[in-house]
Amino acid sequence: MALDKNGIAKRIAQELQDGYYVNLGIGIPTLVANYIPEGIEVILQSENGLLGIGPFPAKGKAQADLINAGKQTITAMKGAAFFDSATSFAMIRGGHIDLTVLGAFEVSDQGDISSWKIPGKMVKGMGGAMDLVASAKNIIVATTHTDRAGNSKLLKSCTLPLTGVKCVKKIVTDLAFIEVTDNGFKLLERAPGVSVEEIVEKTDGKLIVEGDIPEMNV
Amino acid sequence: MNKIVKNAKEAIKGIQDNMTLMLGGFGLCGIPENSITELVNNNVTGLTCISNNAGVDDFGLGLLLHKHQIKKMISSYVGENKEFERQLLSGELEVELNPQGTLAERIRAGGAGIPAFFVPAGVGTEVAEGKEVRKFDGKEYLMETCLTADFAIVKAWKADAYGNLVYRDTANNFNNMMASAGKITIAEVEEIVPVGELAPNEIHTPGIFVQRVFKAENLEKRIEFVTEQE
Repeated sequence: MALDKNGIAKRIAQELQDGYYVNLGIGIPTLVANYIPEGIEVILQSENGLLGIGPFPAKGKAQADLINAGKQTITAMKGAAFFDSATSFAMIRGGHIDLTVLGAFEVSDQGDISSWKIPGKMVKGMGGAMDLVASAKNIIVATTHTDRAGNSKLLKSCTLPLTGVKCVKKIVTDLAFIEVTDNGFKLLERAPGVSVEEIVEKTDGKLIVEGDIPEMNV
Repeated sequence: MNKIVKNAKEAIKGIQDNMTLMLGGFGLCGIPENSITELVNNNVTGLTCISNNAGVDDFGLGLLLHKHQIKKMISSYVGENKEFERQLLSGELEVELNPQGTLAERIRAGGAGIPAFFVPAGVGTEVAEGKEVRKFDGKEYLMETCLTADFAIVKAWKADAYGNLVYRDTANNFNNMMASAGKITIAEVEEIVPVGELAPNEIHTPGIFVQRVFKAENLEKRIEFVTEQE
């Protein structure tokens, strides 16, 4: 059975390590914060100027001056720090963030990513995405394997305007956990109950399948 | 030394048609509300506005967009404003989209006297069009130029008569850098305190960068997405 968005978030959360500084993009990536494994400490960075995002505020306690990159009200954890946007992007551009998780429209088998523009239809702007993918040590894309029309989002080449080139390291979709290698996509795990055949069929880019592919443990 | 002026109307004196303005804020957080209202009332047009976002349709910069007072926007994300997206797609509004970190650094550099610098964001994308690419240590970078403005309008929590500013939580965002990059910087603040009350260790923007300070009235401080525990 294909994973739902929480399942994707749960699998990505398994990649977190103790002491990691992490930036989570809007959409499915934000859900990763709900599945941080027991016993490890992860500090979430918000590009608009907070290191140490806490849980959403209690009912009635939302503060206009305390929001995340998606403009939602949040709290700050104990030990948090506030700073300006130039400092925030020094953290990002200077390679201080251990893991970046973001969504995508398309990913190519060389690790290119398109996530910010559909020409003539959707031009919301790139926000911090280009900075994140250009400088992150470790990038995981969270996405559905195909779009609503059933077309693969894992391609030989991106067709939409690029956010970054040769930068994606891992992809978690509703069907699979895939690594981007020098030779293309490599299938590492399948979603519980999902067949290798289905994943191969729904992947347009070059997909390496070697040996038995285990199921994700989610 | 006393940089305090009476209100937004006094503060924006000198802002004219076709000027370049910087406006602080991230989404609706930390935006100079009174100043924007005053710009709308004043009917200044042909503005080039440098701001990370474009507000929402009926608040923040969205108000200036509705009255077609803005000729060009330099921003990183305009998703929450349908009118902006419409004006962009139709060609009515000239838009330059910058990666957010690049925008932040262009403004910081402008205030810091650095005319150009190299960053990796946008290499290999349409952001790189027309820009010099240079390799450092085997990695490619784009040359980006600095940004300055005729007026920078920032929003702060506290100020004193010397123009020292303190921000609250995530309402700093672009305000600190913009304060340094305006020929004239206007600070719209929630509280004006006596000189000496702001501890030197806690000041975010030293007063040297700020020319005018005024106390805001009737701030709405709208929240875009109130998100709370059930």
